[in-house]
Amino acid sequence: MALAAAASGPRLSLGPVLFNWPAERKRDFYYRIADEAPVDVVYLGEIVCSKRAPFFKSFLPEIAERLARAGKEVVWSTPILIETRREIAETRELAEDRSLVIEANDLGAAALVAGRRHCIGPTINVYNEATLAFLARRGAARFTLPWELSADSIGHLCRAAGGDVEIEASVFGRMPLAISARCYHARAHGLSKDSCRYVCAEDPDGMELRTLDDQPFLAVNGTQTLSHRYLNLMDELPALARLGVSLLRLWPHDMDMAEVAGLFRAVAAGKLEPSAGRAALARLAPQAQFANGFYHGVAGMAPIG
Amino acid sequence: MSGPAIELVCPAGTPPALRAAIDAGADTVYVGFRDRTNARNFPGLNFDRRELAEGLDYAHARGRKVYLAVNTYPPAGEPGPWRAAVDDAARLGVDAVILADIGLLDYCTRVHPGLRRHLSVQASASNPAAIGFFQEAFDVRRVVLPRVLTLAEIAALNKEVSVETEVFAFGGMCVMAEGRCSLSGYVTGQSPNTAGVCSPASHVRFEERGDAMLARLGDIAIDAFARDEPAGYPTLCKGRFKARGASSYLFEDPTSLNVATMLPELQAAGVRALKIEGRQRGRAYVQRVTAAFRRAIDAVAAGGPADGPSDSAALADIAEGGRTTGGAYRKTWR
Repeated sequence: MALAAAASGPRLSLGPVLFNWPAERKRDFYYRIADEAPVDVVYLGEIVCSKRAPFFKSFLPEIAERLARAGKEVVWSTPILIETRREIAETRELAEDRSLVIEANDLGAAALVAGRRHCIGPTINVYNEATLAFLARRGAARFTLPWELSADSIGHLCRAAGGDVEIEASVFGRMPLAISARCYHARAHGLSKDSCRYVCAEDPDGMELRTLDDQPFLAVNGTQTLSHRYLNLMDELPALARLGVSLLRLWPHDMDMAEVAGLFRAVAAGKLEPSAGRAALARLAPQAQFANGFYHGVAGMAPIG
Repeated sequence: MSGPAIELVCPAGTPPALRAAIDAGADTVYVGFRDRTNARNFPGLNFDRRELAEGLDYAHARGRKVYLAVNTYPPAGEPGPWRAAVDDAARLGVDAVILADIGLLDYCTRVHPGLRRHLSVQASASNPAAIGFFQEAFDVRRVVLPRVLTLAEIAALNKEVSVETEVFAFGGMCVMAEGRCSLSGYVTGQSPNTAGVCSPASHVRFEERGDAMLARLGDIAIDAFARDEPAGYPTLCKGRFKARGASSYLFEDPTSLNVATMLPELQAAGVRALKIEGRQRGRAYVQRVTAAFRRAIDAVAAGGPADGPSDSAALADIAEGGRTTGGAYRKTWR
């Protein structure tokens, strides 16, 4: 298991694909990540909607193997919201495979992997040192922090982590702001969740939600609600390294993520100025508006700097 | 119906509301301190230490209980106010503290092992494994269940866990999983988990737009109302937004939760307590809802129907938007 602290500077990770991409396309996406993307850790798993999971399940072993062959650490992420019998059973099945490293995104999953080394995902509420210490004592070796934490909190938690415990921070992608049992994609199409026709597949980066005065505001991804703006902490990468963050997480979007990873890699390594990296990122994702407010302790949608 | 009658847990944002709830038949009143340590951190609301001591005296003299919600997440580097809240709860003799943060639960378990601990809905424990974690690690005696579960799921869950469960019975609804929502923080910088507020009034303004009134939270238009239409409070997830070219209340229609007619089913599902939402509401509201639910619970205990027509009308009358719903419990939107 490659959970040891990095020797120098933060490593890059790729979070699980949040959106309902067609299985073959998702497979090809991961082939390219394995072959081309300069990321060190890849998180796999359908964490938003358990109804989508069966379509991709058969591809996962081969993808995991190809990623591992390419030298990437593979971590298996569990669902954000676990409530139905099927979700409970599937999470248990994943957690009981002791050959896998698990990222728990719900405390139920964390309980199932307690006692062996595991990761705590960003939807588990780790806001302070006491919570971090408690979960670390139960085997949590890496914490990806909640999106709404400020630099001040991240710094406190990095200092508290120490030793073998790693802190990971999200640096790119639409910010998941809420999860529900209810499917808003289905609702927007006049369908119920049980007969949703998988309409969420129509929107590879989420369905745009505008305000009544036509301002783009949120992005709906089935039961999940994300920000319309994309988190972009490229300018803050040097500061995150100084705070002691071990890993920087990118979230997959409908764009060339290998290129995106290359830019973050270059900036994190000091080979590219953040401003140049940001300009290049804007060219790769011309539709994206960026925000970094949470990091600066203000409204998450605010672009600071 | 076997077992003890279901416990009625009512909100109080002020000492008069606490006394009104007790007088109207609440078994228990839940309150918070006047700071960021609880999830209804609104101006002019909540209790100081002396008011809580007096409230405890009032309740205990009548054989009732008081719970203290300390259910926000202490920020890194600042555990003080949250630990002080728990310390004072123990010192003053509250009947239980309602907590969400693992670090604070750990503190309370170690320092005040005898203080009864309930798990707040803000901890979002929605499955037996998560509930088992809190029970095993912190000996929580009761779990307030997320409002995402259906009645059938609640019944199944109660068969698998030994801890008491409490469900929301009436009032405002979070349609998102509680304690895992940053929508308010995204727009205002203040979120329920960290600041104890959602869509705070300090960020709300109403703006005239021709014949309409636009309700904004920060810079975001949340809803619009005609001049003769009552303008609702612009809680973010209760707003009207445009998706696929059409505007609608995509997340939630402006309704209130009301389970009055489901009491026998909830009791059969093994639910131990019913929680009325609304510490931000006035004394009159608390009095009316408490009295209606007291009558309903007593009627069911006596073998009658849960909800007489007069109470039904009375509850609908004071509900948000004038309409009520069975929420997730009825699974109408699955």
